[in-house]
Order: sequence, then C-alpha cells, then structure tokens
Amino acid sequence: MQKSLLLGVEAIAQGAIDAGMSGVYAYPGTPSTEIAEYVQHSKLANERKIHSEWSANEKTAMETALGMSYAGKRTMVCMKHVGLNVAADCFMNAAITGSNGGMIVTIADDPSMHSSQNEQDSRVYAKFAMIPILEPSNQQEAYDMVRFGFELSEAFGTPVMMRITTRLAHSRAGITTATDIVAENEMSLPKDKQQFILLPGIARKRYKLLLSNQEKFEAASAESPFNQYTEGTDKSLGVVACGLAYNYLMENYSDGDCPFPVLKVSQYPLPRKMIEKITSECDKVLVLEEGYPVVEEMLKGYLSKEAVIGRLDGTLSRDGELNPDMVAKALGFEIEEGMAIPDLVAARPPALCVGCSHHDVYKALNEVIAEYGEGRVFSDIGCYTLGALPPYRAINACVDMGASITMAKGAADAGLIPSVAMIGDSTFTHSGMTGLLDAVNENAPITVIISDNESISMTGGQKSSAKGKIENICAGLGVHPDHLHVFTPLPKNHELMKDIIRKECDYQGVSVIIPRRVCVQKNIRDQKIKKALKAKAAAKA
Amino acid sequence: MKTDMVIAGVGGQGILSIAAALGSAALDNNLYMKQAETHGMSQRGGDVQSFMRISDKPIYSDLIPKAGADIILSVEPMEALRYLPYLKKGGYVVANSSPFINISDYPDEDELVKTIEALPNYILIDADKIAKEVTGSTRAFNFVMLGAASPFIDVPFKYLEEGIREIFGRKGEDVVKMNIDALHAGRKFSQDNK
Repeated sequence: MQKSLLLGVEAIAQGAIDAGMSGVYAYPGTPSTEIAEYVQHSKLANERKIHSEWSANEKTAMETALGMSYAGKRTMVCMKHVGLNVAADCFMNAAITGSNGGMIVTIADDPSMHSSQNEQDSRVYAKFAMIPILEPSNQQEAYDMVRFGFELSEAFGTPVMMRITTRLAHSRAGITTATDIVAENEMSLPKDKQQFILLPGIARKRYKLLLSNQEKFEAASAESPFNQYTEGTDKSLGVVACGLAYNYLMENYSDGDCPFPVLKVSQYPLPRKMIEKITSECDKVLVLEEGYPVVEEMLKGYLSKEAVIGRLDGTLSRDGELNPDMVAKALGFEIEEGMAIPDLVAARPPALCVGCSHHDVYKALNEVIAEYGEGRVFSDIGCYTLGALPPYRAINACVDMGASITMAKGAADAGLIPSVAMIGDSTFTHSGMTGLLDAVNENAPITVIISDNESISMTGGQKSSAKGKIENICAGLGVHPDHLHVFTPLPKNHELMKDIIRKECDYQGVSVIIPRRVCVQKNIRDQKIKKALKAKAAAKA
Repeated sequence: MKTDMVIAGVGGQGILSIAAALGSAALDNNLYMKQAETHGMSQRGGDVQSFMRISDKPIYSDLIPKAGADIILSVEPMEALRYLPYLKKGGYVVANSSPFINISDYPDEDELVKTIEALPNYILIDADKIAKEVTGSTRAFNFVMLGAASPFIDVPFKYLEEGIREIFGRKGEDVVKMNIDALHAGRKFSQDNK
C-alpha cells in the first residue's frame, strides 16, 4: 500500500490528477494556492499536459474552467473564499448552465482570518447557487472526494463545490492514493446545444431543471459514503458534526466511546432523513461547524423552536475557527489550562523583508504625503499592505483586490485631492485595470503607484500576470505618457522618487508611477534555480 | 506510542524541514501522523508554528489541545515561551538559545534565559554553535534541535536518521551526513544535560 505525505490541498491536487482532470484554473490565495502549484510540479500532470497556468483573477479562472467543462473535460477551479466574490457572477450562472465535463469548484475558507480580510463561509454561496457541496473531514477524504465529486458532477450535470478550511488545507497526513488512474475525458460537446446560452427563455428552463434537481442532490446526500450516522446510547444530546469539525468531536472520544448519536455531514444538501432522526431521537442537538452557523440556523429555525445549540447561543464562539478545546467545553468536559505566556514575550508581527522595494516606496511616499496631510493613501491586497504597520503606518485603506484605485477616485470625486492609490503588479492585473479605465475616462486627479516586484509575493512568489507589461497596459488604457513613470526604487533614488510623486500629486489628472524591482525572495529562489541548472548543465558536459 | 509536539520559530527559519523529516520517519514506519503548519502572511518574519502529532493509533484533530503537547521544540528562545499554554504537565521545552531579533522590543536575553531555566523541564542548547562545531556550518542547526528533542520523542531514533536520509537523499551523501551528524550532536547534548 503506497502512502504519500501530503497537505490537504496537495491531496486534492493529486486526487484531481488521478481522477482524470484535464485542467486546473486558479489565482493564488492562502490557503488555496498549493493546489494549482502542486499540479504545476506534478510529473504525471506534465506528461499529460494538464493545464495549470495561473489565471489573471478568479473570475477568468472560473469562466475558463466552465469552458473546459463545456468541451466535455474534467476541470477544477480553485481559490480562496474572498476570490469567490470576484468569480460569483460566473459561479451563480454556472449553476444554471450546469456542466458537461465534471467541474469542481474548490474553495478554501479562512476562519479566524489567518491571511484574509473576512471569514465568509462559502457554503452560503453553494446554497445560494443550489449546488451540492463536499466538505472533507480529513486529508484522505479530500483525496477520495475529488474522484467522487467529478462523478457526481457528471451524473447530475452540475458544478460541485468542494469546501475546505485553513487547517485541512495546510495540515499534512499520510494519504493512500489510487492505483487505478482515470484517463482524461475525450472532448465532447454538450448534448443540448442551448445548454450554455442563458437567454431569458432558455435560462428559465435551465433554472426549473436546477430546482427539480434539488431532490436528486438530496437523495445523493442520503446515500453518500461521506455522510454517516452513528448510533449512541445517551440521547440527551445529539451531535451534528460538519467537515473538519468531526475531528474535534472525535478528538474527545479517541477510543470511539462517544455516548451520543453523531451525524457526520460531509456532503450537502443536508441528508434530510438523518437530520430528522437525530432531532427527533435526541433531547437537544449540538451543531459543530467551521465558519458560519449555516446548518445550525437551518435546524434551529427563525423562531428557535428546535432545541439546537452551537455558535448562535454562545455554546461555541460565534466567530473564529474551532479547536479541540472549544469543542471539549461544548461537550461538557473540563478544560485543562496550560501555563500562561510569560509577560516578556513580545509580539512578532509579519514585516516587509529586508531589502524589499516596498520599503523604498513607502519611505518616499510618507515624506511627500506629509506635505499634503495624512489620510489620502488607499492601498490594496499584497505584501505592501504591511505598510499599515509600524514603522510606516502609510496607508488608510485595504478592502478588496483593486479597490485602491477606485476608492482613491471616489475620494477625489468627493474633494480629497490628491488621492493616492498603492497597488501591486499582480493585484493591478487582477482587478485594477478596469478601475484605472474609469479614472482615465474622467481624468480623475489621482496618483496611482503600481509597486511592481514582478511576482505574487505574499502567496509565495507565483508568476504575476503583469509580465513586465504594466506601462503598456496603462498607456493603452489612456494614461498620458508625460504622467507615466517607471524607475527603480533604491535608496539612491530616494530624492528622484519623491520629486516624481510630488509632481504627480500636484497634477490634476490621472498619473501612474511604476517603481519596479524584483521581489527579494523571488530573486533568491531564481538565483538558486539558475545555479542548480548551471550545475546540471556542467555535469552533463 | 504517541507524541504531540509544537515546533516553533520565526518565518524563514525553516522549521518545516524538521517536520518533514519527522513526518517521513513516521510514514515509513506505518505510524499515523498529522502536521499542521502556517502559510501566507505570517511567513514574512512573523512567529510561525507547526503542530506535529505522531501515533500508532488514528489521529483526529490537526490541532493539539491546550496542555496537550509532550514537547515544545523551538529554534528560537522567545518563541519557545509563546506556546507554553500548549505544554503538558511534565512536558519538555527544547529551545535553541540563539535569538532571532527582528523586532525593536525583543526582551532582555538574560531575562529570557532565566525564564526558560525556571521551567520544570527544559533543554537550552546553542544549536547554531554546535552545528558549526560539528559540521563546519550553522546550516544544520535545525537537526541539532531535532536531535536535542529526540530523547523525548516516542519514535525510535533510527527512524529519524532514516527520515533525514529520505528528505536529503537526492542532495547527496555529504548533505545527509552533515544533518545526521547534527542530529547525533543534538541528541548527545540532551542526554548529557537532561
């Protein structure tokens, strides 16, 4: 029996490769990034020429995946939870078109916001779209579920969501992989030639089909190997444990001695009969779920007529990720507190790397902004968001991918002039370009700094879609060449940088400043790869 | 057979290679293991930790409960103390004494040493120095640390050697030997100073 040591995200990637996937589409975002990365480095995936290049953003990724599904092949699209907001237009409509080749939408939620702006629960989106969800409780299930998910998707002609959270994504375990590798699908067009044309007349029919499919999805959940009902002797409490939360329950009964009936839920819509059984045979039901109280709210009902406890009544914290201690407490166990953290332990927040180009940009920017007064720098998502922390405290906003440019424009429209946007190269090509077009069309008095380190650094140095084309993109969108600057942010260029920023802050129109210097981490990695290749070539010669 | 340990350090110090060697050792010997780690934003010079669980029975939670860890292995002295709430009564703190200072309010080093020395069970080891003495470079300090923790890990020592062989094998015998030497040196220090 072959076992591989894999992260949850890697198990999903390997599962997809072994299940005959022809393409993965993704934009990096913690904790989802390593799925596509794993496919990029997989030998079998490379032999099969499985698509794994990064997409410009989550929306383009979702749409491209839908195109591959249209053409009959199996595909997976991956992103972090907030990425689904970007891709939501396609996601919601893909539920109406349905799929042709198997399509899995893998979303990695980040409860407790380890690396995120919020902790939205993607199960709400899947419910909104009315498609099935698979929610693995461990890495092995994650691997097995991918093959199951493609089969489910093809059986019902629907995209399927695979929902994971940070702890499953970034925890490693020994995985038994399949010995029978599935061949890729042959290309095949949808049988119904109108399936993907969402004109109102056709969309209404497709929507009725989606509605009538709900019963089938529920029947599939009832028969799912991933949903299990375990009988119990003590019916004063029943436990509904969803996905990863099942582990925190079992951690407290590792000898298998849980006295309560337990319903493990790893496939949605909820298996109705099992839910009816647990609520009718138990005095009270405890719902354990990672993220929002989605299942708890459904069981409890608006009028709280059912005896259901969980996050809503304070049995468990309303926010943040679960852990074994919280669950133990909810089950009535005494918690043993460990030693306290000594007072001398200081916080060690993340910081910009030594030598990072963003340092040079913020040093110059802060000195110039001081001349105009604070409160006018709108930033974005990336390493440069760390400019919010000491020593710079340079930014006043960080909301979503691309919001720096558009928020600066809105503030300028309101009279805050100059307004400055601070955005990275990859975030610009992800969602900054359209906002810049708005600004150009009205010649809004904003100064956009695109701090270009030629990499998607926060998530580990993936290739940026910008690929050195940023100034051409800006010029193409209509930024005037006199107000489009590219230079190297280094301490020796400090005064030059300040002069440019000041000049453009005084200009009553759109200007774009591009400080360009490669990410120091990426540079180290690139040098290592170069050295290794050179050594390899030398060994050959 | 069951060991729960928190491996701690600062983003960029490479605590994951320790976890990888251990994980490989566990897997090759048909033990169950789970190892949760930190990715993303906190990797940029922030505090990072990995929860490592090895057992001969199935493991459920990826996270270790409070007061549940047999060992805190920290490649940095202050970071060892951050995870004390996770240390089991009678558990060991194994800490590198070389500080990694990237913040302005880093505590006084003598105070730090005193705080660690006040713990009931601890090994405080200058892993950087020992690695340099034994292998000629500080690079293998991570495996000096794993060696120092090894007397408290409920996994046969030879499995750890095999784990190192597994993860460094493709880099050549020299690299394997360097890390195994470091592992032995760390283990010896612990056995002499328990």
